[in-house]
Amino acid sequence: MLGFVSRRVMTMVPTIFLVSIVTFLIIQLPPGDYLDTLAAELSETGGLDEGTRRALEAQYGLGQPIWVQYWKWITGIALAGDFGISFEKNLPVNDLIWDRLGWTFAISLLTLLFIWMVALPIGIYSAVRKYSMGDYVATFFGFVGLAVPNFLLALVMMYVAFKYFGQSVGGLVSPEFIGEPWGRAKIVDLLAHIWMPIVVVGTSGAAALIRIMRANLLDELYRPYVVTARAKGMSEFQLLMRYPVRVALNPFISTIGWILPSLVSGEIIVAVVMNLPTTGPLLLRALLVQDMYLAGSLIFLVSILTVIGTLISDLLLAWIDPRIRYQ
Amino acid sequence: MSNIDTNTAGAVIAAETPAEAAPVLLGPWALTWRKFRRHRVAWLSLWVIGFIYLLALFGDFFAPFDPEETNRRGIFVPPQGIGMFVEGAGFQLHADRLKMQVDPATMRRSYAPVEGEVVPLGFFVRGYEYRLLGLVPWDRHLFGPVDPDEMVYFLGSDRLGRDTLSRIIAGTRISMSIGLVGVAASLVIGVALGGLSGFYGGWVDNVIQRLIEFLRSIPTIPLWMGLAAAIPLGWPPLRTYFVVTLIVSMIGWTSLAREVRGKFLSLRHEDFIIAARLDGLTDWEVIRQHMVPSFASHIIASLTLAVPLMILAETSLSFLGIGLQPPIISWGTLLKEAQNIRSLIEAPWLLIGPGATIVVAVLALNFLGDGLRDAADPNAH
Repeated sequence: MLGFVSRRVMTMVPTIFLVSIVTFLIIQLPPGDYLDTLAAELSETGGLDEGTRRALEAQYGLGQPIWVQYWKWITGIALAGDFGISFEKNLPVNDLIWDRLGWTFAISLLTLLFIWMVALPIGIYSAVRKYSMGDYVATFFGFVGLAVPNFLLALVMMYVAFKYFGQSVGGLVSPEFIGEPWGRAKIVDLLAHIWMPIVVVGTSGAAALIRIMRANLLDELYRPYVVTARAKGMSEFQLLMRYPVRVALNPFISTIGWILPSLVSGEIIVAVVMNLPTTGPLLLRALLVQDMYLAGSLIFLVSILTVIGTLISDLLLAWIDPRIRYQ
Repeated sequence: MSNIDTNTAGAVIAAETPAEAAPVLLGPWALTWRKFRRHRVAWLSLWVIGFIYLLALFGDFFAPFDPEETNRRGIFVPPQGIGMFVEGAGFQLHADRLKMQVDPATMRRSYAPVEGEVVPLGFFVRGYEYRLLGLVPWDRHLFGPVDPDEMVYFLGSDRLGRDTLSRIIAGTRISMSIGLVGVAASLVIGVALGGLSGFYGGWVDNVIQRLIEFLRSIPTIPLWMGLAAAIPLGWPPLRTYFVVTLIVSMIGWTSLAREVRGKFLSLRHEDFIIAARLDGLTDWEVIRQHMVPSFASHIIASLTLAVPLMILAETSLSFLGIGLQPPIISWGTLLKEAQNIRSLIEAPWLLIGPGATIVVAVLALNFLGDGLRDAADPNAH
């Protein structure tokens, strides 16, 4: 197990290196980014004195080759946890992002739980009652769930919630709770809001997982060991839960690897539509005004955290399924 | 039939009477087609997709109005119905003539039908001039008001009084073609890299597999957002279109490359491939003459399933305002009009029309791809 863990952790190193390079390229991509503009503006107004130039050169490698700039950027992050400055807001990136990243991953993980809670019973039902009315309904909703883009579903739900239930939409808490300390009333209000992004982001993942669960369980249901257990007089429900479902459960963990990135992606788009205080709106805003150190840091951290999430799911899978760790 | 090995290139269909000695031989493509025909939902989806691409090709003919034409007296008109009979005139397709009223207190617009006046509608009516397929100048439209100066909004109008139906049809061309062009790009990358990976194995395989794993392990939306946001706003629409397509196709190729690689790996040790190689065929000849034909149908199925992903990606990016930009009409830029709850409350049809179109197109493409995949798999039943 220890060997597997160390091997798996080692494969993360090149991934993280690639993520950092891609992120840095994105930071450098816009022609005339904020750093150049800032330098140009300062020199025009005569504000670019020797001291400011030195400071910019020392911190960002202004005017030096790109690999020097990359080296300064990545060592700043790795050694000092310094992600640079948000030029638009004139604040360190560190002050702006951590709350929002926390919410993004909180919502993504809650969505994962939601997907499991929905996909497990429905998947089992559709496999056991194959070709029944319920199975057809589940399959149909599965297809529709995959076909509706996240942001469209978010818009429709906001419309319905506003028009027919009169709920305030957008945000994670009602306007009167913003900035208030956490209390019982605020938590209740949060719960009344947070289910919407969770359902919206989770629908397509749940649809996919229902289909996987159904297919896997169908493979197991007619195996001889099931027939044997049934012949020995085990009750149907106990039999189902104890053997085939347990075998079919494997993909629930192994799919975290590809579901988690898509959940984080989905959360970012839905957050823009619903105006949630998460990574999405901040990232979009930063990209539109080319506040590249803020945008780059967000892309970098979201990717790294997703890679770590995938790592955890792989380790869990290896812990549960010995076939994987001895491969 | 069970003793016939359907894995071989063709299957023998037993003749119905013993007197007919010669059995009918069907090739793999014909067998796949027969199986596909039996899949009713997929067959229906093929028709739907065909119709949508027809709309994309002859959009100007199907659109009743110029999608760019604005109308100050028709801002946020709700969808109008089509009536059949006019009192005193008998059967006559028509729509109500609307009159705008502005409530002086709230400055809210509303529209009420004018009593006794209708707008007659007809088929093959004259309208704005266009070039069919970009070549033939014409001014006929499938359906619309008989008088070219009248406006009727079948699916409502937007904040500038532009016809939503015509704009959805115009957007079909961009959105559906991005799917096709993007899939073509991912086909080239996917087959090339997947083929290299599976055919040669070794370190080539290792490098390409790590690259694919990397691309799949990071959330794609923030990455595309970063790339798409770097497109300068001043670029000509055509260049923006191609760059967005390229960005979008970056997702599609990984799954395709995996599939191609898997096929190459499993085929590499099949007897007929070894035989072909022993016969002195070059690598390229083996690939082209023996390997590609044996998995081409799978590739077509996975390509079909990749098209909706690209359409959704383009729509999402354009919706966020960092993909295609508004003078270009795509389903994503149309939905951008319905972005906030205020415009949604005032004009829900701006969401319903383009939204329903996207869902139908993506659903049909998914069903079609599923049907093709089932039909291409000789072991499925």
